[in-house]
Amino acid sequence: MDRDIARAHHDLGGVTKFMCAPIDTEPHALSAFDKQVDALRQVLSLKGLMTVDELRRGIEEIPEAEYHRLTYYQRWIRSMTATLLRKGVVTEAELAAALERR
Amino acid sequence: MAAFAPGAAVRVKDDWPESRGPAHIRTPHYLRGLRGRVVRRLGAFANPEDLAFARPAERRSLYHVAFDQPSVWQEGRPGDELLVEIFEHWLEPA
Amino acid sequence: MSTVLETDGERLLAALGVVLAEKGIATPAEIAERIAITDQASPAQGARMVARAWTDPAFRALMLEDGTRAAEAMGIAMRGMPPLGVLENTPDLHNLIVCTLCSCYPRAVLGYPPFWYKSAAYRARAVRDPRGLIAEWGTELADNVRVRVVDSTADYRWMVLPIRPARTEGWSEARLADIVREGDMIGVTVPRAV
Repeated sequence: MDRDIARAHHDLGGVTKFMCAPIDTEPHALSAFDKQVDALRQVLSLKGLMTVDELRRGIEEIPEAEYHRLTYYQRWIRSMTATLLRKGVVTEAELAAALERR
Repeated sequence: MAAFAPGAAVRVKDDWPESRGPAHIRTPHYLRGLRGRVVRRLGAFANPEDLAFARPAERRSLYHVAFDQPSVWQEGRPGDELLVEIFEHWLEPA
Repeated sequence: MSTVLETDGERLLAALGVVLAEKGIATPAEIAERIAITDQASPAQGARMVARAWTDPAFRALMLEDGTRAAEAMGIAMRGMPPLGVLENTPDLHNLIVCTLCSCYPRAVLGYPPFWYKSAAYRARAVRDPRGLIAEWGTELADNVRVRVVDSTADYRWMVLPIRPARTEGWSEARLADIVREGDMIGVTVPRAV
């Protein structure tokens, strides 16, 4: 099968359209948002509520255009939310209510 | 599943589970169907393909497998190589 | 469900945080604690390991044989962490680490991965044009040097043991550690005596 047609969109090794993409080699400090998302994932993992594999799968499920548009930790929080909803750890109603309060 | 000794010639299965439905695959697309050489066995780890879907996950042998770079891309320097962790169920003797 | 998932990330984090705190699943204190612990890891930890390997042949052997135990010998907490693999550069072999599928990185030793390591450009180019990629950092390898690109696809996390540069004879471990940068342990740069 043609490898490029069949590949999942996160499977980026050698993908032609990125071969000329420049690299931003500058250091970029993590924001407070980044660190909190990262830390929350660790807490959920330590409590056995979500594995890194589930996180990755959730990220890979993000539609291609969104995947590239979102920042790294925006992908994480989206995946973490989808995973926790799917597993019933939180409900959509609870999240909607919390969103409305802000 | 066969165990592979260091130096064994192997082929990565030319399989595309992600084209058949939801899947979480850790074998990069660019290696599917290609020949490589086992460097060493790294240990046994729970199958991420199942962990990702919260299914019971069997421990599988994980191998470090070397691939000749120019053979993968039809470009690149002779002697350059790729070294990739591949699970045993993705490998067959070449 | 799709509407909730499309919420702006900061709002989503805040809402999720509130719900999880109310359930006692993840409190602000627990999150703050993890941030503090995570902040302790940094490239300086890896640099100290490299400097020790450069000056102590037994430690070098341990680092290459069992990176996890070598890290623990340096006081780095590795329990519950993915196993650490260390690959040495030699005069005719240069290693470059990437995770084409996501961003797997030896975080327990080196801390958060750099921004560029997680980019689509790095993940795509590393395995197919490593020399062109490291040239973005001004790194050029001699003609006789082979490149080995290590794609971190599974349970191990990989770092490079770079070559000790010339003109560092007699340097203390501390002084050696000072010249080892984050990029040297990923393979996009090589250390130089400064």
